[in-house]
Amino acid sequence: MATGQEHTVKAFDQDIGQLRGLIGQMGGLAEQAITDAMTALQRGDLDLARRVREGDKALDALEVEVERDAVRIIALRAPMANDLREVVAALKIANVVERIGDYAKNIAKRIPMIEAGTRIEPISTLPAMARMASGMVHDVLNAFAARDAEGALAVCARDDALDDFYDSIFRTLVTYMVENPRTISQVAHLLFVAKNLERIGDHATNVAEMVYFAATGTRLSDREKVNN
Amino acid sequence: MSDAPPRTPTDWSGELMQRRIARRYRAERRFRLLGLAAIALSAAFLIFLLGSMLTRGLGGFTETRIALPIDLKAAKLAVDPAHLKGRGADLALTGAGLEDAVDTAANAAWPAQGGSALLADGAWLRVREAVKADPTLLNGRATFDLPAATAIDIAYKGKGAAEDEATVAALGAQLSRGFNRDFLTGADSTDPTRVGIWGALKGSLMTMFVTIALAFPIGVLAALYLEEYAPHNRWTDLIEVSINNLAAVPSIIFGLLGLAVFLGTFGLPRSAAIVGGLTLALMTMPVIVIAGRNAIRAVPPSIRDAALGVGASPVQVVFHHVLPLALPGILTGTIIGVARALGETAPLLMIGMRAFIAAPPEKLTDPATVLPVQVFLWSDEVNRGFVEKTSAAIVVLLVLLLAMNGLAIYLRNKFETRW
Amino acid sequence: MRDNKPPKMTAGHVNVFYGDNQAISDVSIDIPQDEVTAFIGPSGCGKSTFLRTLNRMNDTVASARVTGEIRLDGADIYAREMDVVQLRARVGMVFQKPNPFPKTIYENVAYGPRIHGLAKGRAGLDRIVEESLVRAGLWNEVKDRLGDSGTALSGGQQQRLCIARAIAVDPEVILMDEPCSALDPVATARIEELIHELRGRYSIVIVTHNMQQAARVSQKTAFFHLGQLIEYGDTSDIFTNPREERTKDYITGRYG
Repeated sequence: MATGQEHTVKAFDQDIGQLRGLIGQMGGLAEQAITDAMTALQRGDLDLARRVREGDKALDALEVEVERDAVRIIALRAPMANDLREVVAALKIANVVERIGDYAKNIAKRIPMIEAGTRIEPISTLPAMARMASGMVHDVLNAFAARDAEGALAVCARDDALDDFYDSIFRTLVTYMVENPRTISQVAHLLFVAKNLERIGDHATNVAEMVYFAATGTRLSDREKVNN
Repeated sequence: MSDAPPRTPTDWSGELMQRRIARRYRAERRFRLLGLAAIALSAAFLIFLLGSMLTRGLGGFTETRIALPIDLKAAKLAVDPAHLKGRGADLALTGAGLEDAVDTAANAAWPAQGGSALLADGAWLRVREAVKADPTLLNGRATFDLPAATAIDIAYKGKGAAEDEATVAALGAQLSRGFNRDFLTGADSTDPTRVGIWGALKGSLMTMFVTIALAFPIGVLAALYLEEYAPHNRWTDLIEVSINNLAAVPSIIFGLLGLAVFLGTFGLPRSAAIVGGLTLALMTMPVIVIAGRNAIRAVPPSIRDAALGVGASPVQVVFHHVLPLALPGILTGTIIGVARALGETAPLLMIGMRAFIAAPPEKLTDPATVLPVQVFLWSDEVNRGFVEKTSAAIVVLLVLLLAMNGLAIYLRNKFETRW
Repeated sequence: MRDNKPPKMTAGHVNVFYGDNQAISDVSIDIPQDEVTAFIGPSGCGKSTFLRTLNRMNDTVASARVTGEIRLDGADIYAREMDVVQLRARVGMVFQKPNPFPKTIYENVAYGPRIHGLAKGRAGLDRIVEESLVRAGLWNEVKDRLGDSGTALSGGQQQRLCIARAIAVDPEVILMDEPCSALDPVATARIEELIHELRGRYSIVIVTHNMQQAARVSQKTAFFHLGQLIEYGDTSDIFTNPREERTKDYITGRYG
């Protein structure tokens, strides 16, 4: 019996490969959006911020394409078992990554509200959090590409650290607002930025659960998520 | 995608192709013509055979009659009209001297040409039949059309000796031609004008009856067993080979077998229909077994599976499903085998069915003869009158064979079920 | 629908040999009662061979030899005391190519009950014939022409006639060997719907090389390969998350 990773009908492999490619593309765009949004925030680069906002459209278009391709594969190829789980996962992951992109766009939208000139110290802590969040997105989409259940589990574990990071930034920002009441409206935006980053991490965790299910066929129980 | 260089497109309309096409058409036409020629040749042979038999034999169904006026009243036959009804009539009329009266009348009518010698030996029997039918004839004169003697008969048909031809010319209008009923109802005789085929025909039919009664059940059951139940091992292979060989054995050997076993060991009466039937049954059985096996094998296994699946036992599968579907084939094979047996001469000669049988057989153990043997015996006769009788008998035999084949086709079409 | 009924048929360590060739190796499986079990697998994997052991149709092949135990309601069907003919009435079979008898429609359905003596008189037989044809979903189409030949029907109708014929002897198990292979999609769908309706009354085992059909009609699926039973479980589990690698390769189309 000649088995392997390839389908007997090669076009099936091509279709699945194309779907995964689209997800990869979306992931890349999302990560880039997060990174660019943070860069724009740090530098006060309004132009970059605008480009990030416009770049979100590409992400939306990709999501539509993923949805279309996934439905097509289900109708025409009647995928079973792991193929079926992977296609359903791709459909859901595209939706989530599109929302991650929306969060990045949201961050970029707040940049004009924060005047470039003013020096708000806590801004410098945000990039680290953003790197952590975008790292989670990057790793979880790698796990999807590699059908790596363990890798997905590892990403889930990092969400706690991200939540802790968010808590500490929250306290820092609130303290800053109390000490510098003139900056309250701008720092409030920073609070939202931090919140968005924390939400991005949550979404990456959701994606990790979908990847785990696609790879193994079982759901991550709450115990596993917590223990890891 | 393969790595081979792309083929040059074929030039279907080029000259090479055209020549190939022309050659192919010629070959097809040649084949068709050969087939037609073969059919034409076969048809020609068949027409020649039938034609020559018919032209020679049709005469045998007719008889030449001479019109003879007889005055029965003047003959003063001592016959009581009351006796003319019932069984005693024949005896009464014979005893009354009817034969002499007829002879006297003949001698009176044709003194120059030979008188009563012109009439066939049994001519007076016709008068007897007529009187039995209508006793009032005894009271007056009447003209009877009586069968002529063989020599006159032959001469009338144009093949006689010179003097007989002269007699025929002299008699002129008194001669007539009519359908010879005696040929079909009478038995063998030394006189060709009185000879009949019924004796041999009845013998053939009785023999066939015995043959079918024995060969059909045994053959069919053997075929069923060999196909459905018997395991496939060396013994059954041996049996199959033996049966196939038996079907090809020359028929005279069965005659020898019949002579040795049925007449010698069992002591059955010589020349009886039952012995003939037994011998021919031995000969026909392998044919039925082979035809039966082929017919049974042709029943698709899906029917058997379906019957088994519903819970039929092997016997039920065979008798409710296989046998009805195999029946057309079995019947056709049987009738073809029996038709072949019908035409067999050699084995029956060996068991003695060559005697002169004057009366049709009544029981199976009565001495009998069959049509082909009768033909053979008549062809040996010296009297020229037998020539056309022989051909006539062949015609009867051919008609019988045709009828049997027709029956085979009819039965096959009737029982054929399409699945 | 998980009733705790005992399995209708059980097979234990069954091997089937055709001469020296081993067609089935050590297969043990339970056939649940009143449910549809599907046997899937590539060509030549032995699923049809195994199906035929369940009603001893392999007995008709001279070189076939069956070892192991197969039980119907606990009774060993290969025991000496078991009457094969009655077994085949209790475990009916429908074949791949519709094979109605070349008799009338009425006769086709009436034949089984008649030879098993299931009907009392003509009226009883009429009732059984009507009931079977109704259950097979064919009654309305043929009720006015029961005297027509069974072979004059269309392919789908013939197959339903064969199913009616199998039902007529009131079996407990119905074995179906690729019943829809020779039928068009509409006829196939009708047969699948029929299987669904028959489910509560009869235990059905269906062999199919069409995985989507197995997924549609069955509650339990068994995957055979090279004469072995690779995996057996609930249909939805087999098709969404099979345990065995070979099963997964086969159903996703990665089989060489």
